[in-house]
Amino acid sequence: MAIWLNKDSKVIVQGMTGATGMKHTKLMLGDGTNVVGGVNPRKADTTVDFDGTEVPVFGTVAEAIEKTGANVSVIFVPEKFTKAAVVEAIDAEIPLAVVITEGIAVHDTASFWAHAKKKGNKTRIIGPNCPGIITPGQSNVGIIPGDITKPGRIGLVSKSGTLTYQMMYELRDIGFSTAVGIGGDPIIGTTHIDALAAFQDDPETELIVMIGEIGGDAEERAAAFIKENVTKPVVGYVAGFTAPEGKTMGHAGAIVSGSSGTAQAKKEALEAAGVKVGKTPTETAKLAREILGG
Amino acid sequence: MDLFEYQARDLFAKHDVPVLAGEVIDTPEAARAITERLGGKSVVKAQVKVGGRGKAGGVKLAATPDEAVARATDILGMDIKGHTVHKVMIAETAPEIVEEYYVSFLLDRANRTFLSIASVEGGVEIEEVAATRPEAVAKTLIDPIDGVDEAKAREIVEAAKFPAEVADKVVNVLVKLWDTFIKEDALLVEVNPLAKVASGDVLALDGKVSLDDNAEFRHPDFEALHDKAAANPLEAAAKEKNLNYVKLDGEVGIIGNGAGLVMSTLDVVAYAGENHGGVKPANFLDIGGGASAQVMANGLEIILGDPDVKSVFVNVFGGITACDEVANGIVQALKLLEDRGEKVEKPLVVRLDGNNAELGRKILTDANHPLVQRVDTMDGAADKAAELAAAK
Repeated sequence: MAIWLNKDSKVIVQGMTGATGMKHTKLMLGDGTNVVGGVNPRKADTTVDFDGTEVPVFGTVAEAIEKTGANVSVIFVPEKFTKAAVVEAIDAEIPLAVVITEGIAVHDTASFWAHAKKKGNKTRIIGPNCPGIITPGQSNVGIIPGDITKPGRIGLVSKSGTLTYQMMYELRDIGFSTAVGIGGDPIIGTTHIDALAAFQDDPETELIVMIGEIGGDAEERAAAFIKENVTKPVVGYVAGFTAPEGKTMGHAGAIVSGSSGTAQAKKEALEAAGVKVGKTPTETAKLAREILGG
Repeated sequence: MDLFEYQARDLFAKHDVPVLAGEVIDTPEAARAITERLGGKSVVKAQVKVGGRGKAGGVKLAATPDEAVARATDILGMDIKGHTVHKVMIAETAPEIVEEYYVSFLLDRANRTFLSIASVEGGVEIEEVAATRPEAVAKTLIDPIDGVDEAKAREIVEAAKFPAEVADKVVNVLVKLWDTFIKEDALLVEVNPLAKVASGDVLALDGKVSLDDNAEFRHPDFEALHDKAAANPLEAAAKEKNLNYVKLDGEVGIIGNGAGLVMSTLDVVAYAGENHGGVKPANFLDIGGGASAQVMANGLEIILGDPDVKSVFVNVFGGITACDEVANGIVQALKLLEDRGEKVEKPLVVRLDGNNAELGRKILTDANHPLVQRVDTMDGAADKAAELAAAK
């Protein structure tokens, strides 16, 4: 078991024929991901060779689904065209769309999210501006390095890419059921709460690590959700205690304006919900280790 | 990107939101001709991105062109809450104000959509109204695809209980303001006050606009809106090299890969600093994934050029990027700087972990650079960097 992604997932890559798409498709295949096709209307009916694996290119997402039975799409198309790519994935009703592209205009994200809602939320969207999702040993969709951890009992949900890697590495001996990078943009598809709910229901996940960041109130809302709905132990980490107010620290979402959205407020909300919050990534990993007795 | 009032005014005018005439200047003498054009009197308004400028003396009436020059002389160069006034707007004097309202469109992160906020109690901070009289603040969710047409604008006007005699005019302002919000890729458009004046007209007298930097690809005109005067010289130099850098006020220079990890590095250094005389991080610098030796050199150059920096902490987690490449980057970067004749004298603490960490560490050990120390855990390395900064 795992959440949202497993060895049976059939993955297509929107933007596979671009430089980033090529690089990461090769890595995903190397991690055992079942990549069944790419999408590029200008290169339809061709194939791309990845070290001996021939991956067909389709003209549309709908065609790719029809011909391969794909149920996951990972999106690497440049930010100018990302909205159209996500809308196409939604219209084709693919169950999971993972949007890796960073630097997407917020109006574009707001628009494709509204579109997904109008279509009845048949497509789970992860991202944008996220590292993707990995179920170690089964499937890896996105840009998370596949070899820094192994399958195990921890579920991880994180706003930050490199902190995801750091945490996966720190706890590599225990291993992960699934790790999801949800991205730090102001508007994202899948939230901490969605992942917490899924991990709570996943019999293989024994403990959940949740990584947050300054900005917005997603962590506070996640804390309220944990209090009501999560019985599994949750360990948390929040980055950005020393970030000055009103300055953007790389992620569009990681901006503090005024009192709400501070790391301190998030830490307090999580602790009030019974979450053990580490001061550093290493201390957070230690807390998880203590709980699991590993 | 937050705009100045005059830039917001210009954008409002461009999208037919009713505003008063106004022009921005940076020399006092220029106030004369504008005030003459405005009929001999004007308001001189400091252009700063901070509230409370009126109380600080940054807004003055001028009854004659001479007076406008004198007031502009007073205000230009003034310090308002740490913001130096580099520009003033010479604006048309407002007609007699009868009532003050508030309207805005913004991003609603929690609901993953857009939101309108409206109140008939404008002219003061809306946060204050929301805190003391929440029933006077109407929040209406806006669907990003359906947007705000006349019917939606009327719904907002009714929700906020605008008086019947201004309803049509406020509806018009809302539709035009939504136009500004959508067409300019704004994160916030706010009019406060939206004033009903003696003639019965409704005018946007002051406003705030924040634009989405990520949308710059479809707005070539955004470039001209950047406030180059306000940028710290190190931040300006970093921006020129496409580095994601923010200057802070501590002593430990920070370089890392990934925004989250770098933010976390700042925190870990600040904690470590508590045991070393209170030293703090000197900056945020994210060199991103797959950083080359050149990018590392550019980053190091900026940080070593910061006189506040006493030690440097390079914190890299090799994800897709392999640590041996990063280590080579550091060694080459130091050589590049030394070849360029730059004096590198500040100690560097390097922590490499993740993909090919062993190889990367070996490269640093073999290079044996006198200023570079390897510490293999993030917390340990932060402590070492803080200790070195405190010892200086």
